[in-house]
Amino acid sequence: MIKVKINGQEQSWDGDPDLPLLWFLRDEAGLTGTKFGCGKALCGACTVIVDKEAVRSCITSINDVAGREVTTIEGLHPEGDHPVQKAWRQVNVPQCGFCQAGQIMQAAALLMDNPKPSHDQIREAMAGNICRCGCYQRIENAVHLASTGV
Amino acid sequence: MNFIENPRKLHSFEKNLKVEKISRRSILKGLGITGGFVLAAPVMTRQAFAYETGAGKMPHGVVVDPRVFVAVAPDGTVTIVAHRSEMGTGVRTSLPLIVAEEMEADWAKVKVQQAHGDEVKFGNQDTDGSRSTRHYLLPMRQIGAAARTMLEQAAAKRWGVPATEVKAVNHEVVHNASGRKLGFGELAADAAKESVPAIEGLKLKDAKDFRYLGKGQVGIVDLHDITTGKARYGADVRLPGMKYAVIARPPVTGGKLTSFDPDAALKVPGVEKVMQVRGWPWPSKFQPLGGVAVIARNTGAAIKGRDALKLVWDDGANGKYDSVAYRKDLEEASRKPGLVVRKEGDADAALKSADKVVVGEYYIPHLAHVSMEPPVAVADVKGDKAEIWAPVQSPGGTREDVAKTLGIPEGNVTVNVTLLGGGFGRKSKCDYALEAALLSKELGTPVKVQWTREDDIHNGFLHTVSAERIEAGLDKDGKVIAWRHRSVAPSIASTFAAGTVHQAPFELGMGLVDMPFEIANISCENPEAAAHTRIGWFRSVSNIPRAFAVQSMVGEIANATGRDQKETLLALIGTPRIVKPAVKDMWNYGEPYDSYPIDTARLRRVVELVAEKGEWGRQVPKGHGLGIAVHRSFVSYIATIVEVAVDEKGKLTVPRVDTAIDCGTYVNPERIASQIEGAAIMGLSLAKYGEVTFKDGKVQQNNFDDFQVARIDEAPLVTNVHIVPPAPDTPPSGVGEPGVPPFAPALMNAIFAATGKRIRTLPIGKQLEV
Repeated sequence: MIKVKINGQEQSWDGDPDLPLLWFLRDEAGLTGTKFGCGKALCGACTVIVDKEAVRSCITSINDVAGREVTTIEGLHPEGDHPVQKAWRQVNVPQCGFCQAGQIMQAAALLMDNPKPSHDQIREAMAGNICRCGCYQRIENAVHLASTGV
Repeated sequence: MNFIENPRKLHSFEKNLKVEKISRRSILKGLGITGGFVLAAPVMTRQAFAYETGAGKMPHGVVVDPRVFVAVAPDGTVTIVAHRSEMGTGVRTSLPLIVAEEMEADWAKVKVQQAHGDEVKFGNQDTDGSRSTRHYLLPMRQIGAAARTMLEQAAAKRWGVPATEVKAVNHEVVHNASGRKLGFGELAADAAKESVPAIEGLKLKDAKDFRYLGKGQVGIVDLHDITTGKARYGADVRLPGMKYAVIARPPVTGGKLTSFDPDAALKVPGVEKVMQVRGWPWPSKFQPLGGVAVIARNTGAAIKGRDALKLVWDDGANGKYDSVAYRKDLEEASRKPGLVVRKEGDADAALKSADKVVVGEYYIPHLAHVSMEPPVAVADVKGDKAEIWAPVQSPGGTREDVAKTLGIPEGNVTVNVTLLGGGFGRKSKCDYALEAALLSKELGTPVKVQWTREDDIHNGFLHTVSAERIEAGLDKDGKVIAWRHRSVAPSIASTFAAGTVHQAPFELGMGLVDMPFEIANISCENPEAAAHTRIGWFRSVSNIPRAFAVQSMVGEIANATGRDQKETLLALIGTPRIVKPAVKDMWNYGEPYDSYPIDTARLRRVVELVAEKGEWGRQVPKGHGLGIAVHRSFVSYIATIVEVAVDEKGKLTVPRVDTAIDCGTYVNPERIASQIEGAAIMGLSLAKYGEVTFKDGKVQQNNFDDFQVARIDEAPLVTNVHIVPPAPDTPPSGVGEPGVPPFAPALMNAIFAATGKRIRTLPIGKQLEV
């Protein structure tokens, strides 16, 4: 039996220990905010925070996070008012919105590690997250806004 | 030649037009409202437009009826139906916003309700062709005005005053003479008893009184849900007892399963079943390709199970498709005369007599849509009833196709439209929903079919591949006197009709026969090309290769004559005029030419505006260059200036992009800006990386590592969007697609300015590396 804390709640799994965390979250735990985009850690749509680090849940097995603390977009802030979320809304970042949960989690992890990133640091940290609609300019501006106070 | 204008006309399916009686109860239920401003009444007929659009010619046309689109609850909540699909353009906000504007509703008290697929009730729902605002600005205003009028009439009756003395203002109706006021909620029940006013007599608001339209201050309705993970896309639908499926499809288009061994797959923990999926012979239209489905308790198990399948395929007739050889065939065809699709003057003779002939051969490969949400659908089929939840651009078409595929009446099919995680034309084809329907029928349980990214790239409906060859004949003064453009590309029609070798009028009408330059001798030709994979609409469609070729050629002519790119471009556009259509029945994006002519004054204006705002001619650092391009598509006019920087190793960056757009009367400039910013990224992606290739009939790319798209660290540092203020009563035109075509040629012209290298083959790939 694998135990993992997700958004503060203890969850357990006694199925395939190799099951990617992404599919555990989406299909078993019903947390569909985390998205499937590539399955190969190439696009970042599935980004969640494990302890204090952004990870790609599509290549992270449920066993890899046993005993650790996973935060998904649903658990980032109880009212959805994390500075990154607020900045995202202020800048009107999303178009289709599908990649945005991953983008927001990546940005939140960046700001935990580096509260005042430069524009170059933002671009570097966010380069693993693809947005096919092309919201990059606004993503960069929103991360900057979140870091300077929304 | 197949004459086809839109995906729905390509259906060989007879239309099932059986109309379900629309009951008051079903409407109330549909809108989730228990009282108020909803009536069972005959659906209103279509009406006359102040300007003509092609909306009425779309399948099921337009429905202008406030009872279908608007409900007012006793608590004052106004519910407005969005009947088009949201894939990122903002349409789910923009169309209801138009209604709210006209009916004087307070946007803060408006709820948006997504329509299910029902075109008899809502009118055409095909969210494609950059048509939504273009076709629905006026109908949505009329719906809002009719609702406002009904509320005003109800208030006037309540007070016993003439309706002319009352006025709806910001969610209430006021009687100025007496100072009395009634909220929309208080009037809801009475307003529902009012008859719907005739469209002809409706008074629309004066543009100076607009609170929302043209202002760009309203965020998209899903903004909060998107940022909190609550927004529901196709993959996020979960039903009790639902199974998860992935499908192994034929690796070669038109291939068939020979045999399969499910044993290893069935041993994977969580896998419950392995079953064959019915496939349709090629060309298969929007029907499933067939294959083997793995059914599991979660998607991860289904994917792992599929990896363990042993499959043997018969590749069929397309098993030899090879992109290298095919490119040679296309290019050879482009060097020989082909079907003449446009002729003015005598281009052959003029080319012979020209002082100089500039020749450009351009190649644009297949592209994959790779929307961030791969195709996915949930189906629950019980007996002769089917319910679908899916991110589809064509809810009505999906309903028709599900009914036909399952052999049940269309009225028994409900298509629930989720948010689309990107569409770009891929989700105009509902094959994934049909797969889910077939599997659910067989399993007897709800099922979700999830495409992986590899499936999306291997088994999609790709953008065509084309060779575009232009010869421009110049006289001794450098004036272009002859233009011959041969365009060779497999047609989208090939996905619907076997033996198709020529492009359809709608493809020829995207930058070939409608090319607006003022040149005396023009010949456009379309040599034959047969398709060997599924070809489909991709954002901007044939405008991508056409704008790339034509606008690159402008740069080549500028270079050949030693003149400025922008001046060369303006000289080619010529005098401000309404261009006489060069071919009979020109497609013109399905719009009547009188309302949407090719107006070179507007084309010139976007060039001049972008040159002014984008500081054309400014000094740029060494290794930088400026390029310009303009293109009319989806009846909008767009010009782009790209500044590129190429370093000593050939690595390129884009410090700045400026785009000017004239899309006529517009609703939400903030979303126009976001579409144009995004178009620059998509343009950069296809210019730098975009290429799907085939060997032995199989796609060689798999995922975002070998089918790359632009990332944030290579995005333009600045994209400035300059919107042309519309002249009064200018009909609205497209926004979603027109931004893409001019980007790549502007970039190539900029690269030439920076490096002296002319790139004629997309993608750039390693061509700049030194």
